[in-house]
Amino acid sequence: MNIVVLVKQVPDSGSERKLDPSDNTVARATADNVINEMDEYAIEEALTVKEAHGGEVTVLTVGPDTATDAIRKALSMGADKAVHVSDPAIHGSCAPQTSAIIAAALSQLEYDLVLCGAESTDGQVSVMPALISERLGIPQLSGARKLTIEGSMAKIERQTDGGYWEVEAPLPAIVSTWDTINEPRYPSFKGIMAAKKKPVETKTLADLGIDPSTVGLATATSRVVDSAGRPPKGEGVKVADEGDGAEKLVGYLAAQKIV
Amino acid sequence: MAEVLVLAELNPADGGPRKTTLEALTAARVLGEPSAVVLGAPGTAAGIKDVLAEYGAVKVYVAESDDVDAYLVAPKAEVLAQLVAERSPAAVVIPSSPEGKEIAGRLAIKTGSGFLTDVTEIAADGTATQVAFAGATIVHSQVTVGTPIYTLRGNSVTPEPAPAAGTEEAVQVAVSEAAKQTRVLDRVVEQKSNRPELTEAAIVVSGGRGVASAENFSVIEGLADSLGGAVGASRAAVDSGFYPHSFQVGQTGKTVSPQLYIAVGISGAIQHRAGMQTSKTIVAVNKDPEAPIFELADFGVVGDLFTVVPAATEQISARK
Ligand SMILES: Cc1cc2nc3c(=O)[nH]c(=O)nc-3n(C[C@H](O)[C@H](O)[C@H](O)COP(=O)(O)OP(=O)(O)OC[C@H]3O[C@@H](n4cnc5c(N)ncnc54)[C@H](O)[C@@H]3O)c2cc1C
Ligand SMILES: Nc1ncnc2c1ncn2[C@@H]1O[C@H](COP(=O)(O)O)[C@@H](O)[C@H]1O
Repeated sequence: MNIVVLVKQVPDSGSERKLDPSDNTVARATADNVINEMDEYAIEEALTVKEAHGGEVTVLTVGPDTATDAIRKALSMGADKAVHVSDPAIHGSCAPQTSAIIAAALSQLEYDLVLCGAESTDGQVSVMPALISERLGIPQLSGARKLTIEGSMAKIERQTDGGYWEVEAPLPAIVSTWDTINEPRYPSFKGIMAAKKKPVETKTLADLGIDPSTVGLATATSRVVDSAGRPPKGEGVKVADEGDGAEKLVGYLAAQKIV
Repeated sequence: MAEVLVLAELNPADGGPRKTTLEALTAARVLGEPSAVVLGAPGTAAGIKDVLAEYGAVKVYVAESDDVDAYLVAPKAEVLAQLVAERSPAAVVIPSSPEGKEIAGRLAIKTGSGFLTDVTEIAADGTATQVAFAGATIVHSQVTVGTPIYTLRGNSVTPEPAPAAGTEEAVQVAVSEAAKQTRVLDRVVEQKSNRPELTEAAIVVSGGRGVASAENFSVIEGLADSLGGAVGASRAAVDSGFYPHSFQVGQTGKTVSPQLYIAVGISGAIQHRAGMQTSKTIVAVNKDPEAPIFELADFGVVGDLFTVVPAATEQISARK
């Protein structure tokens, strides 16, 4: 079972995140960059599948040179090797463009299963599996809270509003994982040391046969016109409960004509 | 006037249009004349055409087929792409559910277009407003290629009736084999509640780790019921087993944007804020005066939730 896990590096959602005022793309150079936390669940699931069915886990990242940190994290958790697509022309790519790059990179790999996170915490689009499925013609099994592989079929529980859908598709397929699917392992000291020696292959757009003018900010299918910090909310009222907390609360709701 | 396709999203419980569909029909009107698109198993459209017309659907395209229902996402994108090719609409507007976003993404690839997800507003020139980074940043974006495709975040627009003809047009559906790969075997509803749907509710009362047990969540439910609201939970409350995951609010749970959000025993972590920050009025009850949720709250009570909330519930019920 050859498994590819898609991993993205994103600005830490716990620290301040901004758009670069010069071109309105995510300010990655100045950010505190980390592995997309949702992708750790995909890596964990890949390792679990490998433990049960054998095979190899390859990490695939499309992103700037700094993304090697995210790759190392995935390798130290236990992935075997990595492919890093990095090219200055990729800067500012929209989701459809990024999906074309990922699809081209996947086409140069052998895989039975592609795993990715349910969303990236910077863009929160949650569409990558659908886009890759559309481009490569492999089935999409998105939003999994549970994954089972039986022979040549993959089955998931797709998390929905009030429960789940059971869906299945033949392999090779792309599966995205929610944070309800497992508990990602921490890299061990041994894992961290081993990761330093694992192979990371770097590819450019030329290696993938992609014309640089078809990706990046200039030809993106959508663009940010302007951005601004959300206007600060007016100073709220904070009261201490001195036996009258409920009364004050209900009084506020009444003043707002809610009750 | 230009035609705008609006995908109808249906309520699995009763087959009626979800509120998000009426919101999408309302938002689409600035771009042109909305045509609703109903995709589903045979019989899906019969009961809902009138409501779609009431909210502005000049036409209702009915694409009914068992294949649309039996396979995940891909068939719906295929039918929509067929309609886009035939009708050359000015834009496509889709409610922003997980499925809606995936349909939008596939449709974008099929039609060589750009798409914008989770938009909160669409202007007449096609510029969309989006909230980024857990609500901290507001961006205006435009699609630059093809037919603009938008997914509209729930509760961003107030649905307004605008009666239109709602002329039905049947669409021939021939789903390709390629779109029939991911089969839906079962749709399981895990919990039914009589409360309003979390993402549609005008009032949401959420409990966090501070609620301390599953039994204690009755305190949260009591307040929600006195206000006719929905119940939500933080991830810490969900992970601790106090409340089911489908009620989680936040980055990896539901995004809500109600008139009133009451956070009880919730500290206000960035991932929680991501799901509720655009609520119109935010109220917090927390015993820690330093809890970050207070930075966000229009009204905060520093106190023990077990004394404040039951008493507030009682007083609200007494006012009725
Ligand atoms: C990948 C990822 C995704 C995540 N997604 C989400 C998400 O979707 N939604 C989400 O909510 N979180 C999410 N989180 C978790 C988030 O970081 C926080 O851990 C979580 O929101 C904390 O929940 P809480 O506020 O209930 O708990 P805590 O932070 O423990 O806060 C409990 C609060 O209750 C107060 N309290 C305790 N007892 C009482 C009492 N008797 N009366 C009044 N107040 C009391 C305390 O003062 C405290 O402020 C995510 C984290 C990660 C890493
Ligand atoms: N540039 C990228 N490189 C590798 N994987 C990505 C990239 N962008 C998105 N992904 C994967 O797709 C998932 C969903 O991302 P998104 O659709 O952007 O919310 C992420 O959790 C990643 O696993």
